[in-house]
Order: sequence, then structure tokens, then C-alpha cells
Amino acid sequence: MSIFVNSETKVIYQGLTGSQGRYYGLLNRDYGTKVVAGTNPKKAGTDVEGIPIFASVAEAVEETGAKASCIFIPAPGVRSAVLEAAQGGVDFIVAITEGVPAHDEALFYNQLRKDFPNVQLLGPNCPGIISPGECNIGITAGHIALPGGPVGIVSRSGTLTYQALHELKEKGIGCTTCVGIGGDPVPGTSFIDCLAAFEADPETKAVMMIGEIGGSAEEEAAEFISNNMTKPISAYIAGVTAPPGKKMGHAGAIVSGGKGTAKAKMEALEEAGVKVGNNPTEAGDLMAEIVSQL
Amino acid sequence: MDLFEYQGKEFFADYGMPVSPGKLALTTEEAVTAAENLGYPVMVKAQVHTGGRGKAGGVKFASNIDEVSEHAENILGLDINGHVVERLWIEKASDIADEYYASFTLDRSAKKHLGMLSAEGGVEIETVAEENPEAIARIWVDPVEGLSEGNCRNWVKEAALPEEAIEGAVEILLNLYRAYVEGDADLVEINPLILTEDGRVHVLDAKVTLDSNSVFRHENYEDFDKTQTRDERETAAHSKGLQYVGLEGEVGVIANGAGLAMSTVDVVNQVGGRPANFLDIGGGANADVMTAALEVINNDPDVRSIFINIFGGITRGEEIANGIIDALDRVKMSSPIVIRLDGTNADEGRAILEPHLSQTLQVAPTMLDGAERAVALAKGINN
Repeated sequence: MSIFVNSETKVIYQGLTGSQGRYYGLLNRDYGTKVVAGTNPKKAGTDVEGIPIFASVAEAVEETGAKASCIFIPAPGVRSAVLEAAQGGVDFIVAITEGVPAHDEALFYNQLRKDFPNVQLLGPNCPGIISPGECNIGITAGHIALPGGPVGIVSRSGTLTYQALHELKEKGIGCTTCVGIGGDPVPGTSFIDCLAAFEADPETKAVMMIGEIGGSAEEEAAEFISNNMTKPISAYIAGVTAPPGKKMGHAGAIVSGGKGTAKAKMEALEEAGVKVGNNPTEAGDLMAEIVSQL
Repeated sequence: MDLFEYQGKEFFADYGMPVSPGKLALTTEEAVTAAENLGYPVMVKAQVHTGGRGKAGGVKFASNIDEVSEHAENILGLDINGHVVERLWIEKASDIADEYYASFTLDRSAKKHLGMLSAEGGVEIETVAEENPEAIARIWVDPVEGLSEGNCRNWVKEAALPEEAIEGAVEILLNLYRAYVEGDADLVEINPLILTEDGRVHVLDAKVTLDSNSVFRHENYEDFDKTQTRDERETAAHSKGLQYVGLEGEVGVIANGAGLAMSTVDVVNQVGGRPANFLDIGGGANADVMTAALEVINNDPDVRSIFINIFGGITRGEEIANGIIDALDRVKMSSPIVIRLDGTNADEGRAILEPHLSQTLQVAPTMLDGAERAVALAKGINN
């Protein structure tokens, strides 16, 4: 079992004909992901190594029955790509692209909430999602993840997501699903979305969480954890020793209040009963301890 | 991307907001010429990317040529929170009857735009926020719906601005929101927004941070990028496309990915060392990127050892190892290096490094171990 995607998930790649889309789309297919279509209005009717290209997501959905899409479109086109995917009928959208303007993210996040409340967006600027052994959408190297559970992973940072998978695999611990939510200002999927899904997933017995300094997503997750999570959690927050960042005028300081530092995040998580490590290895050791007691 | 006040005012003026006439001056002579042309009295204002200018003596009133000359002389070269003043903005002085505060920024928790408006403007708005939060009227704007005139007027009334300021404030705030959205700003802030003696609402200061991700649709933003203040090391790294932040220590850090780089800085600190920098080379880790990274770190005279922490995902260990060896052929390093290479084909990568290893080029099995060795080397302990 897994969350959001599994071996049955059919995926459309928006931007499959571009260099990045082609590279990762084919790697994902080699991993076993059901990559059923690509889109490009100028190349409709052609194919990429046997994967048919359609003019739009709507056509691709109609022809293949896909319910997920993965976006490898350059940043200027991501806003329309996300809306095209939602309008086209998929209910899970993974936007890998980095460098999307924050105003675009705020706009399509709220547009989806309003017009497509059942659509889940992951990203932008994220490594994607992998349910090891079943489905890999995005840029994670599939073989660094050990299939089978019992741990679910949710992470705000790309390379630290891999580091987390690696720490667990070294200890022989498998993963149900690993979600990289990305570190942009308005992520489509939050820690809380993932924690709730892991709580509901019978195969996931524990959760590993990787956060970063800045924003208040970890503090909000901590509050959700104390109220809603019964499964044990270990965590690591990157940037414990980072010098205080450049604050964004008075407005930024007022909005963040005391939140945003690694210390505040770690304390909030510890108070919620989370085992917090000082580095990824420690968080992995803490998870190994949790798993041994399950 | 932070704008100087004068750039922020040009930006606001493009969106129809009333700002004072003024001129940029780089020397005392230019300041005097500007003041003579504008007519007295004028304000002499330091242009720096930091707050607290007034307290530091960086903003002065001048009513004649001698005063302009004296203030310009004193302010140019002044150190304000580590920022040395190189530019002055000479501006026609305003008669202030009342001061307010206005801003828009993204509320990351609410995932909506947040407008803040206060009748208690001036320098200490953060104190107002702490001690008297009700004095700040907040409005959350849904990006899809935008800010309507009606909602804007209600917001201004909630902030209890005096009757005569309401219409002028509504007009400015609607334009401020438009500048914030259409201009792709992370932050727009007017502190103070003033009511003049003759009853006009007017923009007296401008703080603007633009989203560098939006440059593709604002070609003129590249000009703003050129006036960003970075230290020398940061400028060199930035020109090579590297994400670099200079720190105070002796252990140079190179990692792939922002999270791993941040985590590497953490671990170096945790084992008793002091990182010299944060440097994220991104996903690829090829010879060109590695060369650029090593050059930047090599030019930092404080560096005593270097810790390269790479996790191979899609990029395989052999490619990374070959990239490092190639880069080391190109750059003559002055500090010893410790490499931690993990992830995809890490064993193959380490095998490529093996014949090159020496006292000054070591390999560590884990991140923690690598940090410990690099810190020991920085302290002159060769183990």
C-alpha cells in the first residue's frame, strides 16, 4: 500500500518531448511507472519511444484514462500547464519545474481550491513522489529506495529526500511512499496533507519528516501531529546552524513572528511527541529505533 | 532582489503612485547640483539595502547648499549595519501632517496575499505589531479575486485613517496592490505613507523586494540585479551560477542540493568546526560546475580545509568522481579536501578517486565522518 500513487496509477507527462521530460519520463517508465502519454500541441500524433503524444491533457485523459500528470514544462508555462491538467480531468498533478514565480503559485493554488477542489497538486519545485517498487513520478533515482514499508517519508528538500531514503535503505528499512513536497513559498501539497494520508494508510506504520528553516509549515505540522497523528514520527530540520537569514522588510518579520527558525521548529515538533535528530543520520537512527519497537 | 529606495519609487511611479521628485547622487558635487535644481528644502537619503537608516544618521534635512554639502559628505561612506553608503537620493522635502504604514506580502500559511495598514506609521512598526497589534489592520486577498475598491475602502476605514486621508489612501493602496501583483513583488512596503499639510496622501519611502523567478517577464529587472549588494565571494559565485552564501569559518563546504548543503553546514558546526560558506552546486556535479565551485572556495583566504558532500541520485558516482578529478587538474588547490560520495554507484565513484588519494585528498564513508575529518584538517590535525 502507498499514498497518492501506486502500481495502477497511469501518468501523462506534460513536456515529455523536451529534454528533461523525455529523460525522466523514460527513466520513470523503466522503473515500472505506467507512463501512458505525453502532451505537446505541435507534436500530437507522434510518440516518444512508443509513448503516444497528444495535443492536450484532455485528449490524453480521454484516450488513456490517466488520472495523474507530471509537469516538466519550463517555468513560464507552468501556470497554464497546471490549469490545463486540472481542466483536462486528472486528479493528481506533480509539478517538478523550479523557478516558478510565487505569484503564479499563489494564483493556481487558489484557483484549484476554488474550481477543482478534488485535485491534489504536488510541487512546484519538488523531486516528485515514489511508492517504491510500484510507481516513481519525478526525478528521484528509484533504486535508492527500498520497497515495502513500513515507513512513509515527507520532505521539503530535494537531496535530503534522497538522503532520507538512503539512511533507511542502509538499515534495511523500506518505504511505503516518499513525497517530496518542495520548498517553494506556496507548495501544492503540505506536510499536513501527507501526514493525514500516511495516518490513513494501513501499511504505513511510522513517518519520517524532513523540514527546513523558513516559513511555518513545520510548526503547523506539529500542531496537526499533536491533534491527529497516532503513528510515531522522526524528523530532521535542515539549517539548525544557519545564520539568521535576510528578513524581508518589516512585513516579513511581522508575519513570521517567532517562527521560522530551526530551533522553533524542532521544539514545536518535540512538544508534539516527534523524535527530532540533529542531522539526517540521527533522524534515521531514531526511525530505526521506532521501527524496531513496532 | 531588493531595490534601493529610489528604484522602488521609480517602480511605484510606474504604477501611478505619487512620489517626490528627486535625483540620484554618487558624489557630494552631484548631491549639491541635484539640490540646486530641485529647490530647497531637500532630504539627503542614504541608499542601502537595510533598515534603520534614520537612526544611523543616514537621512538628513537640508535647507541650503551648505547643509546639503555637509550631509552628503558625512553620509557617503557611512557604515549602516555593515552596508557602506555609495549612493544618495536627493529628494524635495515634504510637509508631513500625519504618518501611516502600508504593505503587501505573501502570507505563506494562509496562501493568500496579506495587506497591512496602520495609522501609526513611522520607523517603529515592528514595535507597534508587538505591543499594539490591533493598530494594524490586516486584509487577506485571494489572488484569484484580487482587491476590490469596496474591500480596500473598508480596510482603510478599519485602520482608522482620518477622513481626509481615506480617498487618497484607497487610490494608492489599489495601485500598490497592482504593483505588487503585476510587478511580481515578494514585498511592497510604504513606511511612511504620509498626509501632507495641504491634504495629499503621498509615498515618502519605498521598500520593494522583487521575485527573481519572474525576470523572464520583466526584462528591465536585470538592471536591478546589477545593483544587488553581495560580498566579493558571492559576486564571483553568482556570476558562475552557483548558490553561495559567505560565512565566517574555515571549512569550505560544497554540496549538491540546497537541503544537503544546509545540512552539511549543520554537521560541520555540530562536530566543532566553523563553515566558511554554504555552496550548492545543484544536481549535476559535472567537471565545469565543480571547477567553478573549487575556484570560488580557493579564493577565500580564510579556508583551511574543504568538505565536498555529494549524494548521487540520477547522476552516477563515476560521473561525479570524474568531475572532481577533472576539476582538480584545472584548479591548483591551497587547502586539503575531504570527499563524501554516496548514492548511485558510490563504490564505482570511490574506486575512481582511490588512485588520487593522499594526505590532501581524502575520502570519508559518511557525512558525519567527512565533517569530522575536514574539521580536524582545518585545525591542522592530520590523521
